[in-house]
Amino acid sequence: MTRYIVRRLLWAVVVLLGVSVVTFLVVYLTGDPTALYMGPEGTKADYELLQHAMGFDRPLYEQYWRFLSGAISGDFGLSLRHQRPTLPLVLEKLPATIQLALAAMAFAMAFALPLGIISAVKKDSLLDTVCMIIAMAGQCIPTFWLGIMLILIFAVQWHLLPVYGRMEWRSLILPAVTLGAWAMARTARLTRSSMLEVLGQDYMRTARAKGLAEQIVILRHALKNAAIPVVTVIGLEMGSLLSGAIITETVFAYPGVGRLAVEAVVNKDIPMVQAVVFVVATMFVVVNIVTDIFYVVLDPRVRLK
Amino acid sequence: MTNSLNRVLKQDMRGIWGALGFVLRSPKATIGLLIVIVIVLFAVVPDRWAPYKPNEQFLQYALMPPFSRTGNPQSHMFILGTDQLGRDIHSRVIYSARTSVIIGLTAVFISGLIGVTLGLLAGYRGGLVDDILMRVADIQLAFPFILLAIAVIGVLGNSIHNIILVVGIANWVIYARVVRGETLSVRERAYVEAARTIGASSIRIVLRHILPNVSASIIVIATFGVASTIITEAGLSFLGLGVPLHIPSWGAMLADGRRFVDTSWWLAVFPGIAIFLTVLAINLLGDYLRDVLDPYVQMRRTLQQQ
Repeated sequence: MTRYIVRRLLWAVVVLLGVSVVTFLVVYLTGDPTALYMGPEGTKADYELLQHAMGFDRPLYEQYWRFLSGAISGDFGLSLRHQRPTLPLVLEKLPATIQLALAAMAFAMAFALPLGIISAVKKDSLLDTVCMIIAMAGQCIPTFWLGIMLILIFAVQWHLLPVYGRMEWRSLILPAVTLGAWAMARTARLTRSSMLEVLGQDYMRTARAKGLAEQIVILRHALKNAAIPVVTVIGLEMGSLLSGAIITETVFAYPGVGRLAVEAVVNKDIPMVQAVVFVVATMFVVVNIVTDIFYVVLDPRVRLK
Repeated sequence: MTNSLNRVLKQDMRGIWGALGFVLRSPKATIGLLIVIVIVLFAVVPDRWAPYKPNEQFLQYALMPPFSRTGNPQSHMFILGTDQLGRDIHSRVIYSARTSVIIGLTAVFISGLIGVTLGLLAGYRGGLVDDILMRVADIQLAFPFILLAIAVIGVLGNSIHNIILVVGIANWVIYARVVRGETLSVRERAYVEAARTIGASSIRIVLRHILPNVSASIIVIATFGVASTIITEAGLSFLGLGVPLHIPSWGAMLADGRRFVDTSWWLAVFPGIAIFLTVLAINLLGDYLRDVLDPYVQMRRTLQQQ
């Protein structure tokens, strides 16, 4: 168990190194990082001055080393736009995004698990068909369109919910539903198929033969086993929620990391882009590790191996 | 397993009409196929179906609701209304199909080409090559893709080429993983052994004996890949980081729709429906292909027939 966790942590370090290489190379995509920082105006002398100041005339490995040691100590340079260190700017926005992702996840699970379980238990009933049509549709609706439609219905037509910003808890509802819809659809389908598989197992018949109440059979014996693949996917969903937040935050003008990222990219604020990418990727990796560990705790078969 | 698959396919798919008859037996696949055909027709000859050019501006008729008949004498008809520049939404929805189809197909082709090649290489060669490729794949999967995509496109500038390249390169991992896994098992089959014994070169074995036997999975993944690429393109265009503004795109239309959602609902509704139906249709076809091409499902069906 401990060995497994240590191995996962070491692997995470390797992944983060990979992330740092890619983040570092983003600047080199155009082949001329100095021009990227300077913009269209500026003389040849300015260019050389900037090139020297930024260290772009040094060998690549030296530059990468500087970037990496900066990244480890939390220094990604100054934001070109705000003229402040980038990392605090990103961390400032992080709680809002985490809050949004968690709310989306809570919404997704609150609907996906009951839908999936009911569908599986009442397989091929009308209820099952309706649930699965909802789930199929949920997987095909683009996040941003769903967001706009929710705004149209609940805010513009019915004036029920606030649309923009993050002033009160009610302003979290629409973004959370928008962001969580896809995860809900996917988890519902997965819960259903996972439950169906478990329901056909011998130990289910044994549990029933013992005379246990149907509710206990379903919740205690079936759901516990069906949960294993679902938990794995929930972890993966959490990662995709973090990226999905980029679009959702833009739709709802929600002040989180996603909107910060889009603004930074549009303004060509390269140090800011690098900081955002690195922070989000780190969170992504952390979530994946937590899922893996959780998975081992949940499934004794993996633990014993 | 593969033999029974081939037998069933041969029985039912005599020529293109046989194959069509096969699809028509599933109502879901039929709906999917019909919508896909319509989208492809829109993409190939949009000028045939659209009443106006996508960028033609009728500034005096900006933000007209659907079914507006205007002009004197009532010469212009905007079935789905117009946007803030007086462009016909109906025409733009049709022309945008071309953008989505081109980007969807080419990006999937690129990821498929990279992924299948690397997957075959890793699966057939094994050893160090395999280890390195799969570790790189793991690292890439640990990366929030859309964030990287917007960073790359933000730096390189937005053009159709850049989107195709970024999305294409980003999605190779799934092909590589699946092809590698299947290659590992196919490579141990007797016919591969036999081919090796008679002195066939590695390239020949991989292309003639292994690739055809892993192609079913590739087709299924690629189908779903087209759908997810279309959503990604629309998402990037929605953020203003997709195709350049003069090219009509459902995602960019939705960005306008988002701006005018308070007053003009039609701007946001119709492009969204177009994306939704396209993605739904491709996914329905994909579900169907997965069921048909899955050897286990097929084997069961054949056994039942016998």
